[in-house]
Amino acid sequence: MGFTLDVEKFRDAVVELIRRTSTDLPEDVLAAMEAAREREKDGSPAKSVLGFMLKNAYTARENSTPICQDTGTNIYLITIPEGVSLRKIESAIVDATRMATGKSYLRPNAVDPVTGENTGDNTGTMAPYLHFDEWDEPAIRVQLALKGGGCENVSDQYKLPDSRLKAGRNLDGVYKCIIDAINTAQGLGCAPGVVGIGIGGDRATGMIIAKKQLFRKLTDTNPDPELATMEARLYRDLNELGIGPMGFGGNTTVLGVKIGTAHRLPASFFVSIAYMCWADRHRSMVFKENEVSYD
Amino acid sequence: MIKLQLPVEEAQIRRLQVGDEVLLNGIMVTGRDAAHSWMIEEKPDEIRDLLKNSMIYHCGPVVRKSGDTWSFVAAGPTTSIREEPYEADIIGEYQIRGIIGKGGMGPKTLAALEKYGAVYLHAVGGAAALLAQAVVKVHNVIKLEEFGVPEAMWVIEVKDFPAIVTMDTHGNSLHKNIKERSTKVASRLIGIE
Repeated sequence: MGFTLDVEKFRDAVVELIRRTSTDLPEDVLAAMEAAREREKDGSPAKSVLGFMLKNAYTARENSTPICQDTGTNIYLITIPEGVSLRKIESAIVDATRMATGKSYLRPNAVDPVTGENTGDNTGTMAPYLHFDEWDEPAIRVQLALKGGGCENVSDQYKLPDSRLKAGRNLDGVYKCIIDAINTAQGLGCAPGVVGIGIGGDRATGMIIAKKQLFRKLTDTNPDPELATMEARLYRDLNELGIGPMGFGGNTTVLGVKIGTAHRLPASFFVSIAYMCWADRHRSMVFKENEVSYD
Repeated sequence: MIKLQLPVEEAQIRRLQVGDEVLLNGIMVTGRDAAHSWMIEEKPDEIRDLLKNSMIYHCGPVVRKSGDTWSFVAAGPTTSIREEPYEADIIGEYQIRGIIGKGGMGPKTLAALEKYGAVYLHAVGGAAALLAQAVVKVHNVIKLEEFGVPEAMWVIEVKDFPAIVTMDTHGNSLHKNIKERSTKVASRLIGIE
């Protein structure tokens, strides 16, 4: 099936995708936060903070301004039809990123790690981060997540076995790592967050698996029954920690737990944890030759 | 809700307790990593009057410029603990009455709050659109060229800027209490009590 890429049209569609991602929180995230607010005690800081977060999300949507000033790492998952040039897509996304920064949808967030210089437009070596995949549709799907620095800094990677946690190389060991990681994070990742988990893989692949979980709907169920059970168990137990919104205490510490896996080496067992803040900004678009649709 | 007008007297700050919800009014200054190391290494005098009895906001905003006028588009707090090595000395040196940020700070800062008479105020992380609306005017910006937009020191006027006292002048830290409690639960769940 042929697909001709109109680079300019594609670039403009990506600018709009960035705007939507930065300013408009997905419905499933809003619904999870509304439900969380209902569960908190009247008059508690947790309830008032969740109310403030929700009001902020609706204000950002209405005014088309960023939900959070830290517009974060720009992570793209791009699925293309056979034969489309990756270099053209990359250059269009880089241009779109510059334009979106100019429109204040994004804060200048790309810093040279050697010189400390901020490029001012969110582009640079490897930035924004792009991951490519291929499918049979005559369309390009672009999924974008904006992941703030606070929640990236509390993301973590464990190596099993772990003697401090008495954690072995099995699902129970994985469970212990996640409880420890979220307790260590406290409110610093802007709780209540969504926890993406990658079991297995090498260090890099495991973390990518973890991050890809953040694109799943909060309401979905893991197709693997054992992982589905683990997700439900972790969701229940993590919310028992009592850390609460922003770490002020309360019944809601996480909004969701999502697990993916990758085959591992016999010698390695990594548990990768990608913590996403409550300002869980991710959106997708499907770009066809004649139309663009956004989720 | 307790209304605080900046600049503020030390005595008023010493009356605040962990858990108090406050609304800040008046002039404060943003500062994060680059600003903190500048304040410690060069001890600039040009910001003394500005900071005396005022507050530092850990924030790297999204800004907009129309003509010569800056405005804040998104301005939530950034993680404060990165400034732990500097903050205690800065509070003493510049007679700061409050630090606004997120995530709380460590024992060195907590001791400085008690010693010099200052509080740590927690703003809601990620609530940048609403908090930007509480910034009614940008008066000035210091070190914009050198530090860049997120790291520059923005002199801002706020109206009813909401925050919660999570570390006070009496040695109390909400962050410490919550962590002690959650660690007990975590240890039980993990089985390492």
